[in-house]
Amino acid sequence: MHEDANFAVEMINITKRFPGVTANDKINFQLKKGEIHALLGENGAGKSTLMKCLYGLYQHDEGQIFINGKKVEISSPNIAIKYGIGMVHQHFMLVPPFTVAENIVLGSEPTKNFMIDRKKTVEEVNSLSKQYGLNVDSQSAVQDISVGMQQRVEILKALYRGANILILDEPTAVLTPQEVDELIDIMKSLTDEGKSIIFITHKLKEVKAIADRVTVIRNGKLIDTVYTKDTTTNELAKMMVGREVILEVDKDKAEPGEVILEAADLYAKNNRGLTALNGCSFNVHKGEILGIAGVEGNGQSELTEVLTGLRKLEKGAVKLKGKNISSFSTRDIIENGVGHIPEDRQKRGLVLEFTIFENLILGNHYKFPYAKNGKMNYNKIKASARKLIKDFDIRTPSENVMAKSLSGGNQQKVILAREFARDPDLLLAAQPTRGVDVGAIEFIHSKLIEQRDAGKAVLLISLELDEILSLCDRIAVIYEGEIVDILEQEEATEEKLGLMMAGAENDKAKGDDTDGR
Amino acid sequence: MADNDKIVAEKKEENRYYKWLASMIIPVLAVITGLLVGAIFMLAIGRDPVQAYIVLFNSAFGSLNGFAETLVNTTPLIFTGLAVAFAFRTGLFNIGGDGQFLIGYIASTWLGFFFQLPLFIHLPLALLGGMVAAGLWGGFAGLLKAKLGVHEVITTIMMNYIALYLVSYLTGGPLKASGFMPATPKIADTAKLMRLLPFGRLNAGFIVALVAAYIVYYILWRTTLGYEIRAVGLNPNAAEYGGIKAARNMILAMFISGCLAGLAGVTQSLGLEFRAYQPFGFIGYGFTGIAVALLGKNHPAGVVLGAFLFGILQRGSMLMQSIAGVPKEVIEIIQAIIILFVAAEYLFTLLSNRIKKYRKETSDVN
Amino acid sequence: MLINNIISLLNTSLRMAAPLILAALGGVFSERSGVINIALEGIMLISAFMAMVGSYLTGNPWIGVLAAVFFGGLVAAVHAFVSIHLKANQVVSGTAINIFAAGVTSFMLRVMFESAGQSPSVTKVKDWTLPIINDIPILGDILGKHTPFVYISLILVVFSYWLLFKTPFGLRVRSVGEHPAAADSVGINVYKIRYIAVIMSGLFAGLAGASLSIGLLDLFVENMTSGRGFIALAAMIFGKWTPQGALLAALLFGFADALQMLAQTMGLSFIPRQFLLMAPYILTILALAGVIGSANPPAADGESYEKE
Repeated sequence: MHEDANFAVEMINITKRFPGVTANDKINFQLKKGEIHALLGENGAGKSTLMKCLYGLYQHDEGQIFINGKKVEISSPNIAIKYGIGMVHQHFMLVPPFTVAENIVLGSEPTKNFMIDRKKTVEEVNSLSKQYGLNVDSQSAVQDISVGMQQRVEILKALYRGANILILDEPTAVLTPQEVDELIDIMKSLTDEGKSIIFITHKLKEVKAIADRVTVIRNGKLIDTVYTKDTTTNELAKMMVGREVILEVDKDKAEPGEVILEAADLYAKNNRGLTALNGCSFNVHKGEILGIAGVEGNGQSELTEVLTGLRKLEKGAVKLKGKNISSFSTRDIIENGVGHIPEDRQKRGLVLEFTIFENLILGNHYKFPYAKNGKMNYNKIKASARKLIKDFDIRTPSENVMAKSLSGGNQQKVILAREFARDPDLLLAAQPTRGVDVGAIEFIHSKLIEQRDAGKAVLLISLELDEILSLCDRIAVIYEGEIVDILEQEEATEEKLGLMMAGAENDKAKGDDTDGR
Repeated sequence: MADNDKIVAEKKEENRYYKWLASMIIPVLAVITGLLVGAIFMLAIGRDPVQAYIVLFNSAFGSLNGFAETLVNTTPLIFTGLAVAFAFRTGLFNIGGDGQFLIGYIASTWLGFFFQLPLFIHLPLALLGGMVAAGLWGGFAGLLKAKLGVHEVITTIMMNYIALYLVSYLTGGPLKASGFMPATPKIADTAKLMRLLPFGRLNAGFIVALVAAYIVYYILWRTTLGYEIRAVGLNPNAAEYGGIKAARNMILAMFISGCLAGLAGVTQSLGLEFRAYQPFGFIGYGFTGIAVALLGKNHPAGVVLGAFLFGILQRGSMLMQSIAGVPKEVIEIIQAIIILFVAAEYLFTLLSNRIKKYRKETSDVN
Repeated sequence: MLINNIISLLNTSLRMAAPLILAALGGVFSERSGVINIALEGIMLISAFMAMVGSYLTGNPWIGVLAAVFFGGLVAAVHAFVSIHLKANQVVSGTAINIFAAGVTSFMLRVMFESAGQSPSVTKVKDWTLPIINDIPILGDILGKHTPFVYISLILVVFSYWLLFKTPFGLRVRSVGEHPAAADSVGINVYKIRYIAVIMSGLFAGLAGASLSIGLLDLFVENMTSGRGFIALAAMIFGKWTPQGALLAALLFGFADALQMLAQTMGLSFIPRQFLLMAPYILTILALAGVIGSANPPAADGESYEKE
């Protein structure tokens, strides 16, 4: 039974433990030859772990793996590659200063007289790119090409190594809906060529659109493997989360008041000195949630940083409650009533090796009652920390625990607690639900709406279209550092937003009034 | 799920105590390893390590005078150790202690012999002036790091040699006293640090060092500046997000670090030599400071203890050479081994994992 | 007279530059693979000592060279183990090795020769004479006759360039220094590449050490590197982490050294010798600060790599 050659991959009773957790608990997984198989699960469910075991990045503790019916031990990516397995990582594994061709051949370079055969390298890359219709610019440095092309380079890398089994880890996160369609075409044509594809995702719609079969994992355990045509998104959601999920957010109509934040014609550069914000304009009102939709890398990060004084504004003006804060320091902006949930909580939001109470005062640490005349008052700080831990239901034995030992959702709650405790007039939430489980997502969403209903302004920047569509009263689409247009919630659809995210303008004349009202 | 979170976090809480204990274990193990390696070198050349270490112990604790001299050797190491530790807390590696030492040394000496002032003005002037000069020297590396992203390790190494040649030039040229010896004139009595005992060289510099250690502790854990410095050191991105100016704190931290290392040079002149001699190389207090800081886990109290240990080794090495016939350089070997083992803390983690795994396997079998 | 001085100045520059070129090339390999190697100073010192010992014991200076290279590789392997495997701070590991080197060489000097300061004279490596070039006026005077280390260092510059930028090995070294996770994901063994690169840096620094004790001089002097390892580090940075750049920087620093020596022998004092000695360090800081060009290290330089 196990040695069924109809399966490209068969993983049987795979168990993988990490200190304190069992990430994979006796999971069975079968990939048929020539199929597209989705691996569905929440963040932290264990789907990436399972695939890392298959690709030799992790060693499973128990269980067996068969490739094309043959039992194998995959102790390193090298061996996985030998068995024809290729992986496209969520965070691209490309060396930025190297050329596309160099990146593709790295590790198995064609040689001539001990040297890299550059001519042959380029030829092989070009012919491969033609064969699969994966258009790349083989001589450019990877740091100069678009994200979409980088993804194609990653796929070519796997194909160059003779991959017949491709693992794509959350491949759509960085793409527009239209680019996703292109990727689907590419995946289909790859299976036509006889390749088998596993793709990891937590997005239900993609599963329906792309996959032949789907395997659902929850809390490290296998739930089921089903044919996608025999199931619905609601059923999948239930399997993934383990209970009914209310996909709709319950909220009343917004009652917007005066303008709180006015971003007028913002220009800024990214870390590499290229233009990231290119005349970006919009307003956020009291009592509304304005969403910024867009594909990753279109200036969202720079926008957040400019608004919070973390990045230099080249041109334009940011006004908060009518006051020009363009040249304010981060501290002054915080003092003027801006709360900020950063997009990367571990990089920006927390000092992981600080305790919870130390993290809960970050940004307020110099203020009374936490400090006086430059001297800290740790009794007051800890007392206030205990209250916030209770109010925000942060699961921890005490305030003395290091932030790094909390789960992702609880870390995010620490940030939320801190930012809400400031009672900001404007809350800037960047990717607030990235990488947290459904429970925490629901909590965060309800808090954002609470904030809106309390008459505060909320700016939500998110890559998740569903989140934007369900939470926001108005939706602005950012493309190449510009706001393409702003839509009311009622008029926004996924298709419309998708087109705009790819740079196509809405039929409404652009730039007439940034307020959209 | 909630309970699970709690259990995990509680385990982490226990880990804190375990870690605190472990933080004591590793330096102790490193010192023992260092002494053992030193013993192997002594055995290899046919000397008796037990005798040598007894000499070492007696030289420090055998007499009041010996103990006082050990404290004299300890003093500069407290300063350079604090300098390294303080910079470490901001995420910076100040490897320029030797250069900052020399700048403090020459600046305080110049202030000491150039001016004629009453004691209560002259001594603080020379002390603080020398300190600030070294602080600026160190702060420059912080400035380059903060504004231009230049790695402070490289800058401080380069600035060590610039300081060496600069002081060599000054003591052999513009600031040279008349006569054959390449050295500055003697400082005025009003600039000298007072002696603490009727005999020996132990002086108020040691007190200054202890005060400095307390001030460093107070800054780091009791003030908003310390909070900011530690935040920058652990995660500069998060610090900036919290409205803390990482650049400003880096410059400030390197300035303070430079001040601390500079005080080692200041007390060398004002407390011991009363003039500045032309240097032909580095004494190495800056590099030893790295060992001291590592051994002391970058905590001021640990630094004082670490400095005392190296003070014993340095003081005792001369006697070890003359009495036990062990070349005094053996203490450099011991010192290097200690640094390696403290730095390679991971080795002990690996070993303990091995042991745990082995135990688990054997218990699984049963 | 003037022309003779210039010729001798250039000749001396080349001679003084050789150890710097060799050690800087070592630095290039190590740092291109992502391992900071400030232990170059200590490795050179130990190698200089072992070169002297090898020549002293056998009378054959080439045995000394072999000993120097061997011990250079060995000490570098320790640095590699501590910083790659044990994930220690690479600067700390380098510092420890530097302190160890100073201690152990002086210790051995005292034990072997019962002397502080310096060893007895040993046979040094004989100069090589280039056949045709030596007969060309001026050029021959500058380039025609030198210790073999000068010629070896120049050949190794070409070799290093070829290895680093033309071969698969070089591409892999650079990839682990820029983005180790990417290299790992295509099956490149990051640890292995880094070990090789760091040990290579030790072999190069070993040659550099030998060139001091049995090339420039014929004996070992306590702490005889006196910062040359750090100047080599500076040359590597000034040369933007490339072999050819390191060569040019080392020649410039060698020139400053030669100028300083010439000024001293001629009793010239128009510029204090300390200022010339400082020059390499000041130039390097200026280069790093972007006043002279710009210098960006490999992206993963100094970061230990944790396999998933």
